[in-house]
Amino acid sequence: MSSTATNQAKTTRANGSSKTPQAPLPRKRNSLAKGHLPRFAVLAIAAGALVLGAASSTLTGFSIASFAIYSAIIFVLAGSIITTVVEGPRRGKNALATYLVYGAFLLALIPLASVLFTVLQKGLPGINMHFLFHSMNGVTGAIDNASVENGTPVLGGAYHAVVGTLLITLWATLISVPVGMLTAVYLVEYGKNGPLARAITFFVDVMTGIPSIVAGLFATALFAVLLGPTARMGIVAAVALSVLMIPTVVRSTEEMLKIVPNELREASYALGVRKWRTITKVVIPTAISGIASGVTLAIARVIGETAPILVTAGLANNINANVFGNWMATLPTFIYYQIITPTSPTNIDPSIQRAWAAALLLIVMVMVLNLGARLIASLFAPKKGR
Amino acid sequence: MSKRIDVKDLNVYYSKFLAVEDVNIGIEAKSVTAFIGPSGCGKSTFLRTLNRMHEVIPGGRVEGEVLLDGDNLYESGVDPVTVRSQIGMVFQRPNPFPTMSIKDNVLAGVKLNGKKISKSDADSLVEKSLRGANLWNEVKDRLDKPGSGLSGGQQQRLCIARTIAVKPQVILMDEPCSALDPISTLAIEDLINELKSEFTVVIVTHNMQQAARVSDRTAFFNIAGTGKPGKLIEYADTATIFSNPSVKATEDYVSGRFG
Repeated sequence: MSSTATNQAKTTRANGSSKTPQAPLPRKRNSLAKGHLPRFAVLAIAAGALVLGAASSTLTGFSIASFAIYSAIIFVLAGSIITTVVEGPRRGKNALATYLVYGAFLLALIPLASVLFTVLQKGLPGINMHFLFHSMNGVTGAIDNASVENGTPVLGGAYHAVVGTLLITLWATLISVPVGMLTAVYLVEYGKNGPLARAITFFVDVMTGIPSIVAGLFATALFAVLLGPTARMGIVAAVALSVLMIPTVVRSTEEMLKIVPNELREASYALGVRKWRTITKVVIPTAISGIASGVTLAIARVIGETAPILVTAGLANNINANVFGNWMATLPTFIYYQIITPTSPTNIDPSIQRAWAAALLLIVMVMVLNLGARLIASLFAPKKGR
Repeated sequence: MSKRIDVKDLNVYYSKFLAVEDVNIGIEAKSVTAFIGPSGCGKSTFLRTLNRMHEVIPGGRVEGEVLLDGDNLYESGVDPVTVRSQIGMVFQRPNPFPTMSIKDNVLAGVKLNGKKISKSDADSLVEKSLRGANLWNEVKDRLDKPGSGLSGGQQQRLCIARTIAVKPQVILMDEPCSALDPISTLAIEDLINELKSEFTVVIVTHNMQQAARVSDRTAFFNIAGTGKPGKLIEYADTATIFSNPSVKATEDYVSGRFG
């Protein structure tokens, strides 16, 4: 029954359309539309710019850099001029701005890509189990000479530096996170922009600008007073790094606490909850994901510090897992010494290989930290699901 | 489980600015009292002085007395935290805690204060409070889901459940329906009618029909002009305010001639 009805309807519709055949109207030019470049135009302009760029670069002696620069300039100029002519001045300006924005992005990407490529290229050959799990203890110039002359594998590794980096950064974090977070809590929840709060904000800003070597000297001087002038150990370096970390932690925590809506604090007060419990149970949990990623970024900033480590923890070739005694190495100082004072002055290649491998290791550690921060942020983030 | 509030000669300040002047009012226990008036006339500010939430705002202070069954809230030595656990508050915008589940939101007043509560007591308190807020049937299957996933009206009822879970004497509501659609508003209004059998309810509203529907007594606040303090103009039974007010300004306001 229903199918018959549908058929009938179809027939009627077909008849209806056949009864009034509509001749296609002559297409009127849309008064709203303007000239429009086809999609492939941009690609064509780019290809032309590359050719012209190559040509003009050859005139002045070909090089990759001048080729890229000439092509880019020709492309931006030609692209925006052609768009202006065809589509009008507003679209032309839009095209110019778009090309400049993309260009700036590519420009910013070049150093990053270049660093990653170089470190991977030079560091990967040095990465192996021996490098990862052995220290430089007992590795002498003679061994390096032998490996170059006889082709035996490069011995010696960065295990001691990895241990040192992790321990010193861990202790620096343990010191700076409580200090920095409590400072931020004071600034946001208690200071109320009073004179003390403004003074703290000012000095935190000043601390942000302290050169890292000065932080190192401060820690050295502090422990020289406490323990005698030759105190060099991991904890001194951790104190130096925490001087650099604290302002970053304060700043990021402060920003995160500020964006916690006041309504949540009031809701908590209205339930008869004390202020400190409101802060620890409502405000900080709401902001914890941002705080966690701020702390991780602060760690990433100090993990690559070299100068303050050199003057506080000295340098070790052996594994030292005790931050409260004896000298320690970290990856940056390990790299520095491998480059400046190669283990074998006559055959420096093994040292340079170790330095690049350590650099790769450091980058991987920072990347893992950043990924960890994202993971923490998404784990702690206020739940949104239904 | 409800107490009356008497306010004597209350002046409310923001730093030096006098926001509300010389209020005298007696709020009956187990009744619904509505505050109406044009925007900026100080009715919300006055409401917040009734559970000492006003002083949370920097510079906020009051002069005068607010008596909860004869005890002055502003006497020195009175802990605002004690006051707020007796006089709960529901805000204009629903504000469930985003880090907590529905259940934890209801238990927030207990748990945030660090009180120990057995699991069975907690479960029965959650059910009782959610039933009290007419929300139990809608959320009983997803108590462990975050409270922010509920609709606006459900969130507001969750906030009411959270407030009644701490067993206050008085519940203050600051325009609880202004962010809600008519259906959710109706649900909240029904709830207010039920709440008054157990609690003293004070509600600030912009909606005169709402005041007429839910309240037993109505207070009309007005302001002489910007920068001038708000004042309590008239306070009487709701029927009187809306049908036979004694002050001209009240009549003009409730009949829609201004504001």
